Amino acid sequence: MSLTLLLLLALGLGLAGWLAARARAWSFRRASPDGRLASLPSYHAWYVALWVILPVLVFIGAWSAIAPGLVTQAVLASPAADQLPEFGFQRQTILNEARAVAIGAAQGVFNPLASEFVQPYREAISRYNWIGILVTVLIAFLGGMYAFLRLKPDFAARNRVEKIVMAILLAASLVAILTTLGIFVSLVFETIRFFGMVSPIDFLFGTHWGPDPMANPDNPDGSRYGAIPLFWGTLFIGAIIAMIVAIPLGLMSAIYLTQYAHPRLRAWVKPALEILAGVPTVVYGYFAALTIAPAIRNFAISLGFSGASSESALAAGLIMGVMIIPFVSSMADDSIAAVPQAMRDGSLAMGATTNETIRRVLIPAALPGIVAGIMLAISRAIGETMIVVMAASTAANLSANPLESMTTVTVQIVAMLTGEGSFDHPATLSAFALGFVLFLVTLGLNFIALRVVKRFREAYE
Amino acid sequence: MTVVHENLKTAEAKMSAKDVSVFYGDKKAIDNVSIDIPTEYVTAFIGPSGCGKSTFLRSLNRMNDTIPSARVEGTITLDGEDIHSPSLDVVQLRARVGMVFQKPNPFPKSIYENIAYGPKIHGLAEGKDELDEVVEKSLRRAGLWEEVKDRLQDSGTALSGGQQQRLCIARAIAVDPEVILMDEPCSALDPIATAKIEELIDELNGRYAIVIVTHSMQQAARVSQRTAFFHLGKMVEYGRTSDIFTNPIEQRTQDYITGRYG
Repeated sequence: MSLTLLLLLALGLGLAGWLAARARAWSFRRASPDGRLASLPSYHAWYVALWVILPVLVFIGAWSAIAPGLVTQAVLASPAADQLPEFGFQRQTILNEARAVAIGAAQGVFNPLASEFVQPYREAISRYNWIGILVTVLIAFLGGMYAFLRLKPDFAARNRVEKIVMAILLAASLVAILTTLGIFVSLVFETIRFFGMVSPIDFLFGTHWGPDPMANPDNPDGSRYGAIPLFWGTLFIGAIIAMIVAIPLGLMSAIYLTQYAHPRLRAWVKPALEILAGVPTVVYGYFAALTIAPAIRNFAISLGFSGASSESALAAGLIMGVMIIPFVSSMADDSIAAVPQAMRDGSLAMGATTNETIRRVLIPAALPGIVAGIMLAISRAIGETMIVVMAASTAANLSANPLESMTTVTVQIVAMLTGEGSFDHPATLSAFALGFVLFLVTLGLNFIALRVVKRFREAYE
Repeated sequence: MTVVHENLKTAEAKMSAKDVSVFYGDKKAIDNVSIDIPTEYVTAFIGPSGCGKSTFLRSLNRMNDTIPSARVEGTITLDGEDIHSPSLDVVQLRARVGMVFQKPNPFPKSIYENIAYGPKIHGLAEGKDELDEVVEKSLRRAGLWEEVKDRLQDSGTALSGGQQQRLCIARAIAVDPEVILMDEPCSALDPIATAKIEELIDELNGRYAIVIVTHSMQQAARVSQRTAFFHLGKMVEYGRTSDIFTNPIEQRTQDYITGRYG
């Protein structure tokens, strides 16, 4: 692998620069009359090492993006290229086969024409490998020399290294932000494409969901793209039923653990509760589908509800609620425990009971953390897919009866993207519109929650 | 071992401790302390850091219950009734024996809600008007009314340190206690705020039995009529403040108040 080789090369050169710079800084130090430098020798060493490694890393990143293209161009310049089919699928297959043989990933070729290209591929790959290595060494050398020549006894290497480290940290945080932005932008483009085929009015306000991936894509039937039942199902299962389970149970367990439980019990129960968050959702899903859903149906039938389905919103919501208890309880626990002991003492000394102290002092003071935990739990519940697929079915249904089967936005996104429709069919594209609206809804929920917290929180110093 | 001045014996006791020891786990923080706290005076507990005076104070309204490892032995009575007896529950006890802490700890609520907190949980006021009245009366008594009457809805934590501490005193007064325990109430305050608190203690003296723990001997001399000197978990000497400071019987008391240690 040439990439690994290049990375190792860069690190080795960096190490060489590090050692050389440190030796030089030590020689300054011995030469200086008072044995002091503006920066410690190790900062000189890191300064040079970073100047060697960072430019090389940038080059390697760029090179690994453009080198395959250069190789392919070199191959296409070979005489055998005239025999290739003009465009498309076949041409690419032949080239891929030849390349696989050339790098040793395959034993032989299926298409006889491909064997003509194996040798050109070998040559091109080895040529560009050498070019890559040479340029790497050159860049490392130039960067290292530039930095090395700047070393002087009074050179502020420490400040430079701190600045470079700060830039690296900034870059790391930008990666996450840019990724989010990229996701958002790609969602927007696909959503716009979808709304070019189906009217946003039909999508946002229609009450019937049933896209047909086999229908004529040029003239989609807008009345089949009504997303209201999906959003209703999402809210009903994720934000209503699951929260009715998770908020009281999570809060109460947090209160018990922080205020009443013996420290030794707490040391056991808290991690045990957090294990719940580590159970794979598919395991919850089959528990919901095989155990809870039939139990709920039997119970409903015994109460006289004849229409009870074996796949119900209630089963999915209940299990989802249990799944997110740790999100609520863990955050609430931490923020209640973070309220200063002085607040608690002050209230208890007034003759308040533990219960009154919790309700009137601790919870108001811990509100931001509690709400943050609930928001996290809601986002998690809304995004949950597996439990719903297994326990609440994929049939869109606009109903307030928790015993009926229902489906959610995320389940339909999966169904549409993995369906039989081609990628530019409105049924497939509807997945992006669903994702986009879901994204906006969760963003809005978070925004509202922040405002609510600001309004009602009781901030302690 | 404990010297109690003869001229104290006739005073009427509001609270009375008999052979009280307090343990944190295996460590004995208070060793066999017996003391009568009078109704009509301010009693000061003095002594070097770590001598157990705060621990003893906290056992008077059972705040040590909130520390899992703490354990109290001996009897403490309030008006002759054992404070650990099942017939006097801790909620009632703390309503009758209020407490002010070392660091001002107003709740992160409005000034009004801080004062109204106690009356509300004890059901001492019926309706908004009565509650308003209690709040005003408590703030007036704590000498804070004039400073905050126009901003009762502001947060209690926005006040200055000295105002916060007077707010905490007003909060304690609002439930109409019989005894007020003060655990170094001025240690986090500047001299001017301290003077105001001391003035306030003087005014409250007589209406409530007050027990104050203090590091400052001058403060004990200024605000109290009775002084108990604690050292290494034991109460060394207890008497009239004037006697303790001018005419101590024990050598250790003498050494402490003349600044030999502590």
